[in-house]
Amino acid sequence: MATIQLSGVEKKFGELHAVKPLDLTINDGEFVVLLGPSGCGKTTTLRMISGLETVTGGRVFLNGEEITWKHPSQRDMAFVFQFYALYSHLSVRQNIAFPLQAQGQKRDIVDKRLKEVVDILHIGHLLSARPGKLSGGDQQRVALARALVRHPAAFLMDEPLGALDAEMRESMRAEIKNLHIAQHATTVYVTHDQVEAMALGDRIVVMSKAEVQQVGTPIEVYYDPANLFVARFIGSPGMNLVASRIAGGAAEMPGGNRYPLPAGWAKPLGGRAEAVLGFRPEAARVSPDGALAGEVYATDMHGGYTVLHVNMAENEIVHIRSDRQTSYPMGTRVRFDIDPKAVRFFDPKSELAVRREAPVRGEVAR
Amino acid sequence: MARFEQHGPRVPVAHATRVDKVNPRAQATRRIVAFIALIIAIIMLLPVLIMGMTAFKTRSDVASSPPKLLFKPTLEGFMYLLTDRAVANASRLAELEANAKQGKLSLFNRIALENGQEIIGPSAYVARLSNSVIIAGISTACSVILGVLAAYAFSRFKVPGKDDLLFFILSTRMLPAVVVTIPLFLMYRQLGLHDKHLGMIILYTVFNLSFSVWLLKGFIDEIPREYEEAALVDGYTRMQAFFRIVLPQAVTGIAATTVFCLIFAWNEYAFALMLTSQRARTAPPSIPSMLGRGGIEWTAIAAGSLGFLIPVVIVTFALRKYLLRGITFGAIRG
Amino acid sequence: MSRVDVQNLTKRFPTVTALQSVSFSFAHGEFFVLLGPTGAGKTTTLRLIAGLERQDEGSILLDGEPIDARTPAERDVAFVFQQYSLYPTMTVYDNLAFPLRSPLRKTPESVITTTVNEAAEKLRITHLLNRKTAQLSGGEMQRVAIGRAIVRAPRLFLMDEPLSNLDAKLREALRVELKHLQKTQGSTTLFVTHDQIEALTMADRIAVVNEGRIVQQGTPDDIYDRPDTTFVAQLVGTPKINLLPANRRDGSVLVRGSAISVPVPRLALTDSFLLGVRPEDIRPDPAGSFHGTVMLIEPLGVETILHLRSGELTLLSLVPGMARERVGEEIRFSIVQEKLHFFGPDNRRIAEQGH
Repeated sequence: MATIQLSGVEKKFGELHAVKPLDLTINDGEFVVLLGPSGCGKTTTLRMISGLETVTGGRVFLNGEEITWKHPSQRDMAFVFQFYALYSHLSVRQNIAFPLQAQGQKRDIVDKRLKEVVDILHIGHLLSARPGKLSGGDQQRVALARALVRHPAAFLMDEPLGALDAEMRESMRAEIKNLHIAQHATTVYVTHDQVEAMALGDRIVVMSKAEVQQVGTPIEVYYDPANLFVARFIGSPGMNLVASRIAGGAAEMPGGNRYPLPAGWAKPLGGRAEAVLGFRPEAARVSPDGALAGEVYATDMHGGYTVLHVNMAENEIVHIRSDRQTSYPMGTRVRFDIDPKAVRFFDPKSELAVRREAPVRGEVAR
Repeated sequence: MARFEQHGPRVPVAHATRVDKVNPRAQATRRIVAFIALIIAIIMLLPVLIMGMTAFKTRSDVASSPPKLLFKPTLEGFMYLLTDRAVANASRLAELEANAKQGKLSLFNRIALENGQEIIGPSAYVARLSNSVIIAGISTACSVILGVLAAYAFSRFKVPGKDDLLFFILSTRMLPAVVVTIPLFLMYRQLGLHDKHLGMIILYTVFNLSFSVWLLKGFIDEIPREYEEAALVDGYTRMQAFFRIVLPQAVTGIAATTVFCLIFAWNEYAFALMLTSQRARTAPPSIPSMLGRGGIEWTAIAAGSLGFLIPVVIVTFALRKYLLRGITFGAIRG
Repeated sequence: MSRVDVQNLTKRFPTVTALQSVSFSFAHGEFFVLLGPTGAGKTTTLRLIAGLERQDEGSILLDGEPIDARTPAERDVAFVFQQYSLYPTMTVYDNLAFPLRSPLRKTPESVITTTVNEAAEKLRITHLLNRKTAQLSGGEMQRVAIGRAIVRAPRLFLMDEPLSNLDAKLREALRVELKHLQKTQGSTTLFVTHDQIEALTMADRIAVVNEGRIVQQGTPDDIYDRPDTTFVAQLVGTPKINLLPANRRDGSVLVRGSAISVPVPRLALTDSFLLGVRPEDIRPDPAGSFHGTVMLIEPLGVETILHLRSGELTLLSLVPGMARERVGEEIRFSIVQEKLHFFGPDNRRIAEQGH
């Protein structure tokens, strides 16, 4: 059982506000990801949960009990670091046994737990090796084993895949997810990589400049971003955001492009002269009689698909995801359509999303 | 304490620190430990404090028993240290006293006058002190300059037998000075370097070189090669890259090495005693041998020791900015 | 700008042979990428071309002339390092001006000012010119590092994983900028990376390197659609390609450990081989001929990765948008036959019959 609650938790370094007052509840067994660019406050938040950093204000609770000022070792949480933090002078077996021995556990319990954990992470063949000789992925598995062996109430992970090669990251990601499904342990995971956040998180806390931008499931932050930052940050490439004028029931975009407002948007946008129109690259399709037009600026090959950079006019470039067959020379004029269910609008000044009349989750057709 | 765990610290914490460090009980423990450490430090420094006091006492104050804690400070000790005096005859005495009344007499002369003496010139110690400055200063400069060049070469170039050479350099420090003193004495005699400034400078430079090469190599190893390689690709020669890029980055190491080399050369006693006599003798062997008429001039010795400390303290203090400055790296994911 | 020919480059270190007879060429204005895992020898190649190390065998030609005997300064190349490329004690302006101030060049100060300002504009760092480099963010630092290479207008740009240390989002943005800059400047660039997305999106042509050898060369399309070896097939493409052990039996290809079978293609198949299927070519399909259980779902928004268990095998399937399937569900799926890859026991692509 491990429910973590953050109530008004904030951190200041002198005058610098590293984390603005934050409220968050992490439910038992949930995998919550703190996502954001470097310096947004995600790691500081994680460290405050663990006790490795003091809070300037606010309170931290574990299962209803306040732990804000409890010694880090008394909080029953295991920390997994980006650079493994393994003891290079000890063998893998000794590294994993270390936390239990530090707690003074009996030999037979240590052995039993060790075997459990080693089986789960498939590192039995590495027990007598020194960490320095192992690959990054293996080292991180050992670090995970060391955390797992304590049976802690919660796991706190600080960009554990950051130091790995792209290939290793993919497979370790799936392993961590499988581990979570099997163990169902409460986990707080920090990363700057939105792909990781989407793949792993039950819920994602998107942060920027010390503030929480949105808390939601992967589907929620992807299809209904709360503001321009989340819209841009989630997705690769991020959401296309085009400044447009609202007039006559349509959004007028650069290059003489006119997009009639889809159903449910007329009222929420009524009275506004300007709005930012957002759509994801896969929500647009090149088609000879498309409503919008632009000039191809570049074509990016991505393996299984292509991304077209289309310049609508005045350097307003949008990305359109299409299949491999589509490839246009630079300068070709193309026409394209946007799936009306996938369109989103944002207020240009407050940057917040405008809520549609009848909130319906846009689904991209398969 | 339960109160802390419930309510936290009284003042909000606005700096980077762990929870267990903010705990009042932990803080109190740390303060007590710091206090005890301070007491121990003072006890350790007691000899230095006593020496300092002695430097400003009069002869009679020094001899008093029990030792005087409160006394009228005087520069008598410094006068004994730094000047040669002669007993003045009656007529000269009268002259001096007249000058004194008119305020034309220097401080030291006035002190001498109290004992019926006049200053006839600087003592031999002044020359010894300047020898120390020259010899220690030049040898430190030499060992740091040669050291940084050698350290750079060991760090960056493929020197054949590098590991052996480095060990060999280190091994020169493994001998106690006393063991080599007699062979050196004979060598120096043969070469005509005995009691010459040059001889001492060479000796100190060589002895410090092992330390400075090893210390500086460590610092230079930490400077990423990419800095110089970028310069090489851009059209700079190795030497230019060394001066413009590596040296500014190595300032911390150079400062630290300078201080250590200076301390060694400045305080060195054994070689100074054996390999010099009149001309090139430095201060350390001279201070303890200050014999006055009828006894050991404690105040002079104390003044000399105190005075001897000061220059090194000043140099270290002047370099403190460089000693504490960390080595900054380039692109870190920020 | 110029043509580069690398011929039979070999470099040995005491413990390992870093490069074994590596050869490749690229033309004026090309963006050529060396792609491979850490330790493959890509950085060594770059350093040999820059002149920071000497090769044991082989030669390097710039515009047809051998440059092996020249010092780095004489080769007229610019090097962008992965990190530690900026001098922390100098301002951004001085960093950018540094290459131009080298005694080799003797550039007058007025020319330096114009060149530096131009470069700063191209990289959008004009507002940072007076800052000390220690105050910059990672992305800004790398822009300055690239700027420092640009000011020299060299014949060749060498870039050693310049984006690796940056945040994922920054990498995306800088990738696009870098490619655009290269295209507008027409600079000949040799770019080294372990990230296959960087290679695929930026390169005109790619050379895949592994353990000191070039495994395959070609355009991004070539490398992705026609990988010569299982190594190349697994290196490019996210998620990784599914490699299934298979046998030929009675006119069909049977995948071992599952009930999957496909018709025999017109290839000279050995008795047992590896069948390569990319995840986007495996689709849940109610009318599909194969079935499996959903073991894991990774929702990425634009697409979803399904881990399917079929018999003893685990397959990765990539579906657009959100997946309707749930973990534990038994589903049917199909495989796109035209996109299959076949690799022999030597891990090499099996050639067409008759070739």
